[in-house]
Amino acid sequence: MNEQMLKEQARKIRKDIVAMIGQAKSGHPGGSLSAAEIVTYLYFEEMKIDPANPKWEERDRFVLSKGHAAPVLYAALANKGYFPVEELSTLRKIGSHLQGHPDMNKVPGVDMSTGSLGTGISAAVGMALALQMDQKDNYVYALLGDGELQEGQVWEAAMAAGQYQLDHLIAFVDNNGLQIDGNIDDVMSPNPVDQKFAAFGWHVQVIDGHDFRQIADAVAAAKAEQGKPSVIIAKTVKGKGVSYMENQAGWHGSAPSEEQVAQAMSELN
Amino acid sequence: MANIATRDAYGQALAELGALNDKVVVLDADLSKSTKTNDFKKVFPERFFNMGIAEQNLLGTAAGFAAAGKIPFASSFAVFAVGRAYDQIRNSIAYPKLNVKIAATHAGLTVGEDGGSHQMLEDIALMRALPNMTVIVPADGVETKQVIMAAAAYDGPVYIRLGRPKVPVLFDETYQFEIGKGVVLKDGADVTLVATGIMVSKAMEAAEALAADGISAAVVNISTIKPLDQQLIIEMAQKTGAMVTCEEHNIYGGLGSAVAEVLVEHCPVPMARVGVEDSFGESGLPDQLLEKYGLTAANIADKAKAVISRK
Repeated sequence: MNEQMLKEQARKIRKDIVAMIGQAKSGHPGGSLSAAEIVTYLYFEEMKIDPANPKWEERDRFVLSKGHAAPVLYAALANKGYFPVEELSTLRKIGSHLQGHPDMNKVPGVDMSTGSLGTGISAAVGMALALQMDQKDNYVYALLGDGELQEGQVWEAAMAAGQYQLDHLIAFVDNNGLQIDGNIDDVMSPNPVDQKFAAFGWHVQVIDGHDFRQIADAVAAAKAEQGKPSVIIAKTVKGKGVSYMENQAGWHGSAPSEEQVAQAMSELN
Repeated sequence: MANIATRDAYGQALAELGALNDKVVVLDADLSKSTKTNDFKKVFPERFFNMGIAEQNLLGTAAGFAAAGKIPFASSFAVFAVGRAYDQIRNSIAYPKLNVKIAATHAGLTVGEDGGSHQMLEDIALMRALPNMTVIVPADGVETKQVIMAAAAYDGPVYIRLGRPKVPVLFDETYQFEIGKGVVLKDGADVTLVATGIMVSKAMEAAEALAADGISAAVVNISTIKPLDQQLIIEMAQKTGAMVTCEEHNIYGGLGSAVAEVLVEHCPVPMARVGVEDSFGESGLPDQLLEKYGLTAANIADKAKAVISRK
């Protein structure tokens, strides 16, 4: 693992996130920025993928269950070479393939359309079941929000993944602690998240979601685990990298002004 | 073929289909003995997935299977498959146009004794309103088998509405089902009875009763409600000048609405709808319920006479 390269890539992705949401004048920066290291690690280090062949049958899969963090996924895909980086500026605009939430039929490299919270993890379960049935060695990765864990469907999917011993399913929880209306513990606490997943038969790890070494070690441990799906609860900072956005629930779903974008860019440079 | 329920024909068709296509997988939500997916499970246990009493995940998981190249058939009772998991059908299946077949059994009043909570009367309306969704209601066992094969061969989301009780056989083995094509079962000159599902045999009965009164009624089986066979509807409206729709569904949003949309825009003729008149069902024997809610040959014949008088 080239940690310096990954850090540089994450920094580039953060800048793309801020720039594209600024240009779109709407979008979800907070939860995109908090997931930058996780998504960067998966696309630039871990996953078996081929940007020239997005539908490659032998690929690993990624499902962005927290679909509103589309900008972090789009930035990773563009920088990985799935489509030109210049197209990021069309986010959320009429005629663009970069919809507000990921559309698998419009964006090369998007493995599942998401946006309604809770739906992505079920799709990841279905993909993992299909791969398991075919005795393939591919992995399915899913990224959930911590607020998303309030959706009942997540726990239906968690139960099924445990039941079917989906050891090629690795879910991340972007545990930034905030949702639209405030602190997740004030709105509707999903805690203790680790114990809940463990109770459904998952292998559970808790890490610093901004530390590439910890992400890498956790994925390796998840892959070593036999007979259990894995969840990596990544402690993150919502809005990470942009001082005025960090730990502010208000930056869940609002776009920065031109001045704010400029400030963010100088901080990220 | 004997008189069997469309759900029974579904189970038999699945078992046959499983042998023909190894991409077919079947998912159920703890109702496999009732939905008859058990018939598939017995032959292909490694391709059968019980998802437990969790319909949201049932449909979401089916979407994942499709995204990974499989042809999933997901089954539960219509009230749960559609009602409990509408968002999953909308956002994970219809929106991405994934190749999922939703085969929902126990639709309509003929669920019987379980009562109104279990009698799905708005599924056609909900599924018909979704872009990318094909909606099919087979009328008998013969047609059901062909519908299952056609749905598997078609690439895209399909909703298949199946019933609990035995239904009379309407088609012989020479019948060829085609998605989007209605079938004239009986020609006529004075009125067209357009029916779907179990109401097709009621419409045939009504046509016989009307004939005894000197009225020539055509009967059309519309098994594919979406995409609707507009050409046939218009043709029959022009030919007979009056139309009655017959369905085991709310009169809002189902076959009646679909036919009315076509007639209003292309060929306005007097029309009436036989269906459940915007109410929930209740407990009772299937035949008692059909009688109480007016889903009878007698009511169809009365409505036919009424529309003819409005010509």
